Amino acid sequence: MYDVIIIGAGIVGCSTAYYLSQYDLKVAVLEACNDVSMGTTRANSAIIHAGYDPEPGTLMARHNVKGALMIRELCRRLDVPYKQCGALVVGFDDKDMETIQTLYERGLVNGVEFLKILNREETHDLEPQLSADIKGALLAPTSAIVSPWELALALMEVAVENGVELKLNNKVEAISKSDEVFTVRTSEGEYHGRYVVNAAGIYSDAIHEMIGQKEFTITKTKGEYYLLDKSEGRRVSHTIFQCPSKVGKGVLVSPTVHGNLIVGPNAEDSDNTDTTYEGLQFVRKTAVRSVPFISFGDNIRNFAGIRAKNDRGDFIVEESHSVPGFYNIAGIMSPGLSSAPSLALEAVDWLKGKMELHKKAEYKETRKKVRFNQLSAEEKNELIKKDPRYGRIICRCETVTEGEIVEAIHGVIPAVSIDAVKRRCNAGMGRCQGGFCGGKVAEILVRERGISPLDVLQNQRGTNILVRELKVK
Amino acid sequence: MFDVIIIGGGPAGLAAAKKCYDEGLEKILIVERDTQLGGILNQCIHTGFGLGVFKEELSGPEFAHKYIEMLRDTRVEVMLDTMVLEINRDKEVTVINGNGYQKLQAKAIILAMGCRERSRGAIATPGSRGAGVYTAGAAQRYINIDGYMVGKRVVILGSGDIGLIMARRMTLEGAEVLACVEINPYSGGLPRNIVQCLNDFNIPLYLSHTITKIEGENRVERVTIAKVDEHFQPIEGTEIVFDCDTVLLSIGLIPENELSKVAGIELDKRTKGPIVYENMETSVEGIFACGNVVHVHDLADNVAMEAEKAAVGVCEYLKGRKSEGSVDVTTYEMIGYTVPQHIHLPLDKNKYDFFFRVRKIFGPSVIYVIDSEENVLARFNRQYIIPGTMEKITVPKVLLEKGKGNLKVLIEEK
Repeated sequence: MYDVIIIGAGIVGCSTAYYLSQYDLKVAVLEACNDVSMGTTRANSAIIHAGYDPEPGTLMARHNVKGALMIRELCRRLDVPYKQCGALVVGFDDKDMETIQTLYERGLVNGVEFLKILNREETHDLEPQLSADIKGALLAPTSAIVSPWELALALMEVAVENGVELKLNNKVEAISKSDEVFTVRTSEGEYHGRYVVNAAGIYSDAIHEMIGQKEFTITKTKGEYYLLDKSEGRRVSHTIFQCPSKVGKGVLVSPTVHGNLIVGPNAEDSDNTDTTYEGLQFVRKTAVRSVPFISFGDNIRNFAGIRAKNDRGDFIVEESHSVPGFYNIAGIMSPGLSSAPSLALEAVDWLKGKMELHKKAEYKETRKKVRFNQLSAEEKNELIKKDPRYGRIICRCETVTEGEIVEAIHGVIPAVSIDAVKRRCNAGMGRCQGGFCGGKVAEILVRERGISPLDVLQNQRGTNILVRELKVK
Repeated sequence: MFDVIIIGGGPAGLAAAKKCYDEGLEKILIVERDTQLGGILNQCIHTGFGLGVFKEELSGPEFAHKYIEMLRDTRVEVMLDTMVLEINRDKEVTVINGNGYQKLQAKAIILAMGCRERSRGAIATPGSRGAGVYTAGAAQRYINIDGYMVGKRVVILGSGDIGLIMARRMTLEGAEVLACVEINPYSGGLPRNIVQCLNDFNIPLYLSHTITKIEGENRVERVTIAKVDEHFQPIEGTEIVFDCDTVLLSIGLIPENELSKVAGIELDKRTKGPIVYENMETSVEGIFACGNVVHVHDLADNVAMEAEKAAVGVCEYLKGRKSEGSVDVTTYEMIGYTVPQHIHLPLDKNKYDFFFRVRKIFGPSVIYVIDSEENVLARFNRQYIIPGTMEKITVPKVLLEKGKGNLKVLIEEK
């Protein structure tokens, strides 16, 4: 019997698990996929927004500004790549400059610090690569970039170390309640709990309706991206937005914490994450309006993510109206990543109103990671002396060692696929996209996990890379 | 202190080491990141190697083995399982392996790092991203080294040589190769591979076509191809759909020059390799380069011959050869690039080789080498030149000596 069952291990579920893990509670997280961070969290712009965009007074405004500050601190504590690179919202005409004025004023009301409206020259001084057609820009120095999947992983790793039970490969199929106890049936079994937190992302409406009445509807909106080689990573030093429109914040161009350049997204209603010819063309054409000389020939990967848009136009962070004890954190569209820790605290506060929460006598709040290529020569030598596997470079593009890959496979949340290894230590994230190291990572997975090569997965279940052994050796 | 450190133990590095040894260098080191020498040759179990260098037809591993045998009882040192992290103009080579992280000092360096395959991102092929999309070389490794099949029904995008070789290999292992799809109006591979790997197995080659969509959530299930116009844009209404579980990418190779860049070596935007002189010296004195790290070759034999040139260059450099300036070799229109891009003065070789690729198919044509005053120094007749085959012209010194200023190579159809 659990005190709390969290459904979904995206950034919201992971944040909630992290904060709840500090209390004397029995917590389970049910996740349909074979890893955390497999939905919206792993495929988005990776921006921690400053908070000038949401309308004042909305939940989005409140949680964005608060969450952004929390994430800065969390990334420091959890050793997650984060950089406050600042953002520019650029304007091309008088109408855009009016929008920028509105954003500036909204930002002031929302409590965003250091905002400034720049004229053309000031904008170009900051970002010489921007289009000559730009009239001015809003500068938001507190805007930041982050590695979203590493943040989710780090939060959940600490939660698990504090006793949270992470149940991967558990797709929720039915929810019922009797005698104040929820029964959540998954593809793997049944879980009983007193409270449920619904953090199921694009599936949160369906999950809620397994037990409650229709209270909101999630629309799936696809966003497609380009991720360019590190040779393009210094094209701009801030996140460059265009003026937001009805469909969202528009196409941005931004450095990433890993040193690449990200360009996107578009916004199309769709329930799959396939990239499309039209979508990518749109992203490209729109992006060069603000940053004309992006070298798309240096693209290393396209991807698409789905955002969970809801029909209320604001975050849904509340107890279900039809099911007491069931808490929805739903429709967490942009700025969802920026808001996640603050949303999680809402859930904790709600729970405090339901039951008495006591902090554990001891709990972990921090995490440390070996990032070999960032060590000094002495540190490298020391590590290799302890374990020679840190002297074997497996991923040559990102300089990732066998030691780090083995660590990822035997970590708190073990990596079970080639992409899971990538999300933990960057192997395969570089310019050859695993062309060289994919096979080697597969070999290490086989050895360390004691599995057949035929069971090596690219990513989720069903993505086996090999189909048949050629001959018996 | 090493006389020369050779980075990479594939065909270029092996041939360079052998030649350096034959020329009498004492302290030679090959640094190889894999656990054995041979580089990509080890997974190239097809034949077609060695005709140029050994005058016999060998498989890739046999070709490598010949060199490894020749180096066996020599003083050439080899560091396996060792990655070079950095090189610099002072010829310091920072390496890492299970013994630690250390700096080695050399008098000269030969870059022989080879190339990597372009991945799907480079051409932004749209669609899903489950399993089943591999670069041809990655699939080759799974099949030939690990002994596992990557799929059953295959569409190959691009018609580079590795893709063609893999079309045959997959077929021989029981897969069905449904199509080879090439965006250009001509193949990027060698004619002999088109014949032996596609035609002999009735695998259709779709020229001026590309993949416009890959479908399938966990694994490739379907691929749509379409004809492209002269701007490489898909033409609506020309789509063909293939039910398949695998896409192999053979869409080009890129010289691996991350180390060269850090050392401040000047690269050629066209080849993506170092700009080199006739002796394969790069823009940094004492650092030489050869093989696919300079420009992508068709044949390992050509790589080996270029490596020997680099080895001779190193030996002359260590003996104190000094040049007095240089001339540039430029190209015109349909000639994509030349290697070398510069020639040292004074002209001290009997003949000079120039390698290049053309940008379209040429029938009977003349290749001219002209000087800065447009005097024709040399002309070469060719019946047929295609982008998929590297072309070579050899100009005797006596002809080059007549030229004034920089050289230009151009081609005219008869």
